[in-house]
Amino acid sequence: MAEYYLLAVLTLDATIRVSTPLILAALAGLVVERSGVIDIGLEGKMLAAAFAAAAAASLTGSVWLGLLAGVVVSVLLALLHGFACITHRGNQIVSGVAINIVVAGLTVLLGISWFERGGQTPPLPNSARFNAITFPGAEAVAEVPILGALYAELVSGHNILVYLAFLAVPAVWWLVYRTRFGLRLRATGENPAAVDTAGISVVRMRYLALVLCGILCGIAGSYLSTGHGAGFLRDMTAGKGFIALAAMIFGKWRPVPVLFACLLFGFLDAVAIRLQGVEVPLLGEVPVQFVQALPYILTVVVLAGFIGQAIAPRASGLPYVKEH
Amino acid sequence: MASTTAKLPVWADVVLLPLINVALAFLVSGLLIAALGQDPFEATWILVRGAFGYEESLGYTFYYTTNFIFTGLAVAVAFHAMLFNIGGEGQAYIGGLGVGLACLALDQSLPFILLLPICIVGAALFGAAWAFIPAYLQAKRGSHIVITTIMFNFIAASVMVYLLANVLIKPGQMSPESREFASNAWLPFMHEALAWFGIEVARSPLNLSLVWALICCVGVWALIWHTRWGYEIRSVGSNVDAAVYAGIAPARIIIIAMCLSGGLAGFVGINEIIGVQHRLLLDFSAGYGFTGIAVSLMGRNHPVGIVLASLLFGALYQGGAELSFENPAFTPDLVVVIQGLVVLFSGALSYMLRPTLERLFQRFAAPALVEA
Repeated sequence: MAEYYLLAVLTLDATIRVSTPLILAALAGLVVERSGVIDIGLEGKMLAAAFAAAAAASLTGSVWLGLLAGVVVSVLLALLHGFACITHRGNQIVSGVAINIVVAGLTVLLGISWFERGGQTPPLPNSARFNAITFPGAEAVAEVPILGALYAELVSGHNILVYLAFLAVPAVWWLVYRTRFGLRLRATGENPAAVDTAGISVVRMRYLALVLCGILCGIAGSYLSTGHGAGFLRDMTAGKGFIALAAMIFGKWRPVPVLFACLLFGFLDAVAIRLQGVEVPLLGEVPVQFVQALPYILTVVVLAGFIGQAIAPRASGLPYVKEH
Repeated sequence: MASTTAKLPVWADVVLLPLINVALAFLVSGLLIAALGQDPFEATWILVRGAFGYEESLGYTFYYTTNFIFTGLAVAVAFHAMLFNIGGEGQAYIGGLGVGLACLALDQSLPFILLLPICIVGAALFGAAWAFIPAYLQAKRGSHIVITTIMFNFIAASVMVYLLANVLIKPGQMSPESREFASNAWLPFMHEALAWFGIEVARSPLNLSLVWALICCVGVWALIWHTRWGYEIRSVGSNVDAAVYAGIAPARIIIIAMCLSGGLAGFVGINEIIGVQHRLLLDFSAGYGFTGIAVSLMGRNHPVGIVLASLLFGALYQGGAELSFENPAFTPDLVVVIQGLVVLFSGALSYMLRPTLERLFQRFAAPALVEA
């Protein structure tokens, strides 16, 4: 029994690690979509940030400079998205696709040119990574049955970005629902004309939302290459940006449900590997591919309105044209 | 829209502006190559020579072109109804599954001449079916088609891995591939087909799918501009409210446009599965669906433009491969970057230079008209 309990705790522990970039990226998507801008470039921004963070950390030896580089690159890409679809009213989907494609190629091209390792960055030493933080007393209580393992494995022993991601959920909730900025943000996404009439610049609100999105995606990407992993690998986001997008929809553009969607999708990811070839009671052997596809299937089901209605902000995807 | 187009002559809007946008994408690519410490002119030269320089390379260029025509047409048909089909990747993948299943089931019993139409129908049906669900959800339940088609790309990938690793895999083999089809399922290569007429060309993966791709171009042109469906698709695309007033049911048109789109994407399976690979395998649709977006944007959703844009991307793919042989600094990823920049400039930033161009035309062209 104790064995199974430890296995469960370890699976949840893995869930938290895998969910962290999803949470950050999904919140990033939430903030921009609430302002009425669709961003399918979450994937590209994360990938660019992962590369920039690993490259900067490996060159300077400082993980904080790495994080800074990741965030700056991600914000710049977010601004490019804004330049295309806010300033020039280009198609938001096309812009997101373009950013994803450019980044997928550019990270590898630059990686090969700078580091000559087939598109990877040099492996980062622990001094240039975000390392696990052991909470006080974690080792002492690890032997205590039930609660000890929970504290030592689940609560303690993650790196700082994991805790940051979980703190970002209430922070974004507070920002969106309890501040003047949040009210304006939501209004911009629902009815930009009304916001404009009230004398608030729609363009400025959307750019601000994009900067926030860039920062969050930047942290998510940096986590992948300097916290979760130790260096950049080509295509290391592997669709996480799209899973985050799915989680954002699954959570219906609300921070707390989005958190649970990310944890669910992270959990599916964590158990997919463990389920390989295992007979599940009642179901028999579940194909790994099915578990891996489950986040996407669930999102389609939610979008189809079979589990409540998922209604996007009303003005999302539409460029705002100011009337004269 | 009408008020802004009036300021620009049609040729400037249809030809000049897109050309400037593509030129910008290539300019930025050139700057990038220079920033990598390489000579952009030399790279261009190797690329052009690698794409068109000799018979075999030409064959490869046209082989890639074939795939891009299919996915480009697919994106364009959906775009005429103002639907963004990002699912070309998944539809091409599942279309290939349709072709593969038809061959695996029937290649022992049917001659080529009967098998080929079944394969074509299989590709179209499977591709269309994969587009049907997102289309239905968009039409009837208002689910955002961009998101659902993205999700369906991932679901398609999982389905294919499962099927190939567990069901269709040739027994006693490690790699997830089906058995090879009997040769009566193979679509003749172009070098074989031309040899029947006594024309000798170098061997390449180019096959008769190219002919089918060009037939599809004519078909799409006729469909969009000369049939009732095409008219209804364009009406829904330009103004849904007006279309409803005219008695068109948008839900029906969304489903029709998306199924046509998915079917066209599915034809990638014809080129790849019975044209080149002769077996069902993983990732044969790699990236073609996404490139279709760039092709369609660059080709302005018109078959002629799509053929030209496909040729450009075919040349980029083949020339890019050649380039990476000659100079290891240029991995095929360079082509991916160029492709992304084309999407950025021809798609997302396509309106950027418009006001500037309009001002230039007003200053230089308008007085000339007044004097005349």
